[in-house]
Amino acid sequence: MTETVKSLQEEVKAGEEFLLKLDHVTMQFGGLIAVNDFDNGVKKLELLGLIGPNGAGKTTVFNVVTGIYYPTKGRIIFDEIDITPLKPHQITHLGIARTFQNIRLFYNLTVLENVLVAQHHELSNPDADRILKKHGKPPKNFEKFWFWRAVSKLGYLKKEKKMIETAKELIERVGLSHVMHEKASALPYGEQRKLEIARALATKPKLLLLDEPAAGMNPKESEDLMEFIKRLKNEFKVTIFLIEHDMKVVMGICERIIVMDYGKIIAEGTPEQIQNNPKVIEAYLGKEWKNV
Amino acid sequence: MMEKKLKTSTKVWLTIIFILIMGFLLWIANRTFDDYKLRVLRLIAIYGIMAVSLNLINGITGVFSLGHAGFILIGAYTAALLTLTPEQKAMSFLFGIQPWIEKIHADFFTATIAGGVMAALFAFLIGWPVLKLRGDYLAIASLGFAEVVRIWANNALTITNGPLGLKALQEYSNIWWVYGWLLFTVVFISSLVYSSYGRALKAIREDEIAARSMGINVFKHQLLAFVVGAFFAGVSGSLYAHWLTTIDPRITTMGPMFTFYILIMIVLGGLGSISGSLIGAAIFAILFEWLRNLEQPFTFFGIQVPGIPGMRILVISVLFILVMIFWQRGIMGREELTWENLYKWFSRLKREGEKS
Repeated sequence: MTETVKSLQEEVKAGEEFLLKLDHVTMQFGGLIAVNDFDNGVKKLELLGLIGPNGAGKTTVFNVVTGIYYPTKGRIIFDEIDITPLKPHQITHLGIARTFQNIRLFYNLTVLENVLVAQHHELSNPDADRILKKHGKPPKNFEKFWFWRAVSKLGYLKKEKKMIETAKELIERVGLSHVMHEKASALPYGEQRKLEIARALATKPKLLLLDEPAAGMNPKESEDLMEFIKRLKNEFKVTIFLIEHDMKVVMGICERIIVMDYGKIIAEGTPEQIQNNPKVIEAYLGKEWKNV
Repeated sequence: MMEKKLKTSTKVWLTIIFILIMGFLLWIANRTFDDYKLRVLRLIAIYGIMAVSLNLINGITGVFSLGHAGFILIGAYTAALLTLTPEQKAMSFLFGIQPWIEKIHADFFTATIAGGVMAALFAFLIGWPVLKLRGDYLAIASLGFAEVVRIWANNALTITNGPLGLKALQEYSNIWWVYGWLLFTVVFISSLVYSSYGRALKAIREDEIAARSMGINVFKHQLLAFVVGAFFAGVSGSLYAHWLTTIDPRITTMGPMFTFYILIMIVLGGLGSISGSLIGAAIFAILFEWLRNLEQPFTFFGIQVPGIPGMRILVISVLFILVMIFWQRGIMGREELTWENLYKWFSRLKREGEKS
């Protein structure tokens, strides 16, 4: 009896620990079940990796979390708020930022402008602020009529100056200050990746979703990236959830790993546990390998 | 390589001096130019307002709307019905008139504002469904809207006087009104574009999905640009009506062609550049008037050419195609004619001069 109570308490405690909790989430596209009963989450300040073969549904998990898709079944809880029905811009406002598998920068804007755009939601998301208020959390834009302020410049220039300062500081911290006024399209690949992460950080997220940050990088670059991500987590006190194909990166930095195959979670654990899990090996290499 | 930057106060002073000089030049022009030249000069400003407002929607936000003529028409009719006196209206409405329309009357400034507000209201209403569409579909839907408005104006006899149109408007649009409104439009829109809102609009143009993921409410911002653009289109419609002194819903007056003229201006000047739009509008207005010479009989290298109506449109089209081939991003591209850029260009020229 006491044991059940104890385990129940532990379960509740574990639930509290999750910053992002996907509660039995299923995403179905017609006959295809891209994500099948995903029931797991990201704990506060952890570095969680999501791996799996191509087409396993990893990016779909990100798209469901960021509100691009509405899940067929299940709920998504972030920071004690049910974000399942919310729109992408509201979810970003609440504190989830993401990067994309194929880089999506604002190529004709400068590096500085790219980062500044990510701060704009502080001025213009009253709908998302109402959700924050409803759950007893501090709203992000304290003042109203930002549009008229921006046009008339009355009481706006101070905010603009502050935004630029914040952006410059962030750009410096990620090490892009030498290209501050270059167009994003002029940057080399590795720096574009960095800029995309910097832009996501500029929304002041609690949770950062990185979709294959090391894609298309050579070993040296991905090693730098590993260092960079580790540094981010410590410096910005942000929880990171990343999808990655590069096993070296995943095993090198992740504290916990979830493995997906055909939309289902097939394994979960520390890098060592995952490396030795026969199910994971089977998913990646197939059943036949034992016989060879 | 860091360029030397101009101080903000220097830029403000330069702008004030520039505006004063332009005002002085306009004052001189107003005194010395003949009537015809003055009409063209005023048309440049009206086209400028139209181009800058369409540029906000098409060039900066990247919403390819072709409904501008509709907003201009709404603004023109609203303002014209307000400035006409009840007696004038009673005289020109042969099919009868709605009593409340006959009664309303306002001065030119109020009427212009009302025209803008009415256009903005319509933009808000049709923006809800139209902005759910993307790309070509949006262009077609907005073009359809403009045509619906025109045909409505053609048939609502007791409100718009149908195909007879509204005639004998006072020529209120003098040089100070049109350039005053142009100044206000440029200041308002560039102030918007060079703020956080403008950056958000550009971000939407660059990549909608990324913009959404950065916390920008894409639909709301597109609607905002649409409504602001429509407001100034309505204002320009009022100015245009009181420049032309007569408006009617014929396809040649305010039909879809009008939208395409404005589109030509902004593409010529550079999509996404406010100063480019102004340059494009000026070039278009002057060229379009000057090419009227082609429609009169003239002698070309000793050959007698009879006047061909519509010849200027043909020539404009060929010129436009040439621009598209050789100058794909228009005159200014996405650059702006700012003091900063002028300073940079001059210092570069100077450096090159010193080298050689």
